[in-house]
Amino acid sequence: MDFSLNEEQQFLQATVKDLLGSQCNLDTVRQNAQDGVTNNASLADVLKTLGVPGTLIDEEYGGVGLKLLDAALIAEALGASVATVPFVGPNVIAPLAIQMAGSTEQKNELLPKIASGDLTIGVALGEHVGARDNVTLSENGDGLSGQAMFAIDTHNADMFLVTTQNDSLHLVKADDVNITALYTIDKTRSFAKLELQSTPSIQLESSEDTHSVIVKIIDAGRIVIAADTLGASQHMLDTAIEYAGERRQFNRIIGSFQAVKHMCAEMAAELEPCRSLIWYAAHAFHAIPEDARLTACHAKAHLAEVGRFVARKATEVHGGMGFTDLLGLHYWFKRCELNRQLLGTPEFVRNQAAQLQDWI
Amino acid sequence: MDLEYTKEYSDFRDELRAFLDAKKHLSPGAIGQPPDPKGGPNRAQQWQQLLIENGYAARTIPREYGGYGAEPDPLISHIIAEEFAKARVRPGHSGDNRLVPTVLDHGTEEQKHWLVTPSVRGEMNWCQGYSEPGSGSDLASLSTRAVVDGDDFVINGQKIWTSGAQHADMMFCLVRTEPDAPKHQGISYLVFSMDRPGIEVRPLVTMTGEATFNEVFFTDVRVPKNQIIGKRGEGWFVANTTLKYEREGLGDPNQAETRFREIEELMTKETVDGTRIMDNAAQRDRLLQLQGRMLAMKYNGMRVLTSRRKGEEPGLPRWIVKLQGCELNHQMAAMAIDSLGELGTLYHRSEHIRAGGMWQQRFMMDLGLIIGGGTAQIQKNMIGERALGLPKEPKHEAGST
Repeated sequence: MDFSLNEEQQFLQATVKDLLGSQCNLDTVRQNAQDGVTNNASLADVLKTLGVPGTLIDEEYGGVGLKLLDAALIAEALGASVATVPFVGPNVIAPLAIQMAGSTEQKNELLPKIASGDLTIGVALGEHVGARDNVTLSENGDGLSGQAMFAIDTHNADMFLVTTQNDSLHLVKADDVNITALYTIDKTRSFAKLELQSTPSIQLESSEDTHSVIVKIIDAGRIVIAADTLGASQHMLDTAIEYAGERRQFNRIIGSFQAVKHMCAEMAAELEPCRSLIWYAAHAFHAIPEDARLTACHAKAHLAEVGRFVARKATEVHGGMGFTDLLGLHYWFKRCELNRQLLGTPEFVRNQAAQLQDWI
Repeated sequence: MDLEYTKEYSDFRDELRAFLDAKKHLSPGAIGQPPDPKGGPNRAQQWQQLLIENGYAARTIPREYGGYGAEPDPLISHIIAEEFAKARVRPGHSGDNRLVPTVLDHGTEEQKHWLVTPSVRGEMNWCQGYSEPGSGSDLASLSTRAVVDGDDFVINGQKIWTSGAQHADMMFCLVRTEPDAPKHQGISYLVFSMDRPGIEVRPLVTMTGEATFNEVFFTDVRVPKNQIIGKRGEGWFVANTTLKYEREGLGDPNQAETRFREIEELMTKETVDGTRIMDNAAQRDRLLQLQGRMLAMKYNGMRVLTSRRKGEEPGLPRWIVKLQGCELNHQMAAMAIDSLGELGTLYHRSEHIRAGGMWQQRFMMDLGLIIGGGTAQIQKNMIGERALGLPKEPKHEAGST
C-alpha cells in the first residue's frame, strides 16, 4: 500500500511546473488573453519536447504511455499557470477515445500525429453532460447533422471528436464544420458551438459498447479538469499566503490577524484533501473499476465547490487589489469558475453519482 | 500509487476478520455504548487481554510492559482500526493513548512498570488534568500550584473538562511548580491516584444531558515527589507528547465512513408522506456533498498513513485532520437529524425515537469535539502558523490594548 506519487511522477510535475514558470508568466497570459491566443505556439512547442501531447498514448503509437494520474499532474501544473494551451480535449479525451474505440487503422493514422503534437482534436460531449437549448447531433444517410454546444479546445483545432444521440463517436474535420466561437469569462482556453450539415465523419466503432467509452472519456475529462482546478486554486492560495505574509496594515503583517490567517487555514484545510481525492480517482480510473466512476464524479463535483471557495477567499485576502486586473488573480478565478461548469455542473455530476449507487 | 496490499498484510487482514467473526460475541457492548464500569469481573478487561494476546491491541507496547511487543507498523494499525470499524466491534486500546506514549517516552523504568502494564490491561483508568477555568486554549497559563513539602508535592487548585474523572483510578496532571519561571518552563507533569485525600470530583453535565466531564478540585493533595514524569519545569514539553497523540485520535476517517453508511441506510429506509428521504433531490444532494468530503478525507488519511510508513512527516495533510474530520462528523449528524425531521429531535428514550437518539447525541457531542482537544480556532492558528508559515499574533505589552 503506497498512496503517494513515485519519483518519476514528482519529477514530471516539477519539470512541467518549472517550464511553465519560466515560459508562461502573468505577462504571457495577459498578452495571450488580449490577443485571443489560447494555443500559445511557443508554449506548445516546449510541452511537445516533454512529450506532453502523447502522455496517454501508448508507446507503440509514439506516445509516452503514461496513466491518467500523470495527466492529472500535468493538468494541475497547467491550471497553476493558467496556461494558454489546450490539454483536456486534444491530449486526454480525444486520444483515449481513439485508443478505446478506434480501429487499428484509425489508431495508426491518428495517434502518432496527436503524440507528436501535429494533430489537435477539440471535443464536444455536451449532449452527454447536460445538453442545453435542445441542441443535438444525429446521423443520417449523408453524415452528421445538428449542433454541438460548448465544444472544448476548439481554437485552431484540426478535427473534432463529437458524439451523437445514439452514443456513437465520430471525428469530423474542422474545415467541414461551421464553428462559432463562444467567448467565456476564461480567456485562457477556447470554446465554440459546432454546426454540422450532412457532414462526413470518421466513425470510431471498433468498440462494441461506445456508450461505455463515452462514459469513460467523460470520467477522464472530469478528473483532469478537477486537477486543473486544484492547480489553479492552489496557486491562488499560495499567492494569498504570500500576500498575507507581506502586506502591512495597522503596523502589522495582515497574516498575523486571525481573520486573515483563518481564511488561509480554511482554504488549505479544504484544498489539501482534494489532492488525495484526485490522486485516488485518477488511479482508480485504470486500477479500481468499481470505484472509478464514483470517484471521478466526486472529484469533479468536490473540486468545483472547493475551487469556488478558494478562488473567492483568496481574492478576499488580497483586499481591493485582488479585484483588479493589475494583480491578474482573476485569470485563476475564472479558470476555476469555468472548470466548475465543464462536463457537468456539480449538481448534475452528483446526481449521476446517486444513480451509480442505485439511490434513485 | 499502489493500493494493493502485499500478501503479508492481506493475510493479516484475513486472520483478523476470522478472529472477529469467531470472537466478536465476547466484545463488551457495541461501539458508541459506554464500556462496563470498573470493578468486578470485567468483560472489557477480558476482551482487552484477548486482543493483546492476538496482537490486536497494545500491539506496539513492549511485552515487558504488558503489550504485544510488535514493531510499529502504521499499516497494521490502519488495518486493525478499519476492520474493527467495519465489523462494528469495540476495538482494544493501548492503555491510554495520551498517557502511555508519554510515560514510555519520558518515564523511568520503574514508572513504566508501575503505570504502563496495568493501563494496558485496562486495570488502571486515567483522566487528564490539563485545562483549568482560566486556562483553556492558553493552557500554558495554568495556575494549579504544587509546592514541595518534605518528600511530597502539595497540590492546590482546580481542573475542568476532566473526562471520566468519576471513573478514573489515576490522573496525569499539569501543575505549576516553578511560579517564577516563564510560563512554559514552570510546569511539571505529575501522576497520582484519584483516591488521594483532598481531591473532589464534581460532575459537569453538558448539553447532551450526560456528565462526561468533571471539575476536579485539589485541596492540599499530597503526591510523592517521585511521581513526576520527566524533570521539574519540563512538564509542558513532556505533555506535548500527549497533546500530539490526543489530536491525532480526533477526526478519524474510518468513523466518518461508518457514519456515512448509516445515514445512507437511514435515508433509504425512512419516508416522509410515503416518499423515501433519498428521493428528495435536495436531501440527496446534501448527502452526496458529504460523501465527496468524506472520500477526500478518507484518501487524505491514506496519504498520511503512507507518509508515516515511510517515516516522513506528513505535514499539512495531518494538520487539517482534526478540524475537517470533526466538522464532517458534525455535519453528518446534522444531516441525519434533518432527514428524521421532528422525529430527529426525540431524546430521553421517547416513543418513536430512532437509534436511541444517537444522532442528537452525536450532533451535540461533535460540537464538543470541535471545541475540545484544541478548538477549531486554535486548529486554524496552528495550520496558519505551523503549516502555512504565517506570523503569530504580536504579543501585547501588559496594559496596552
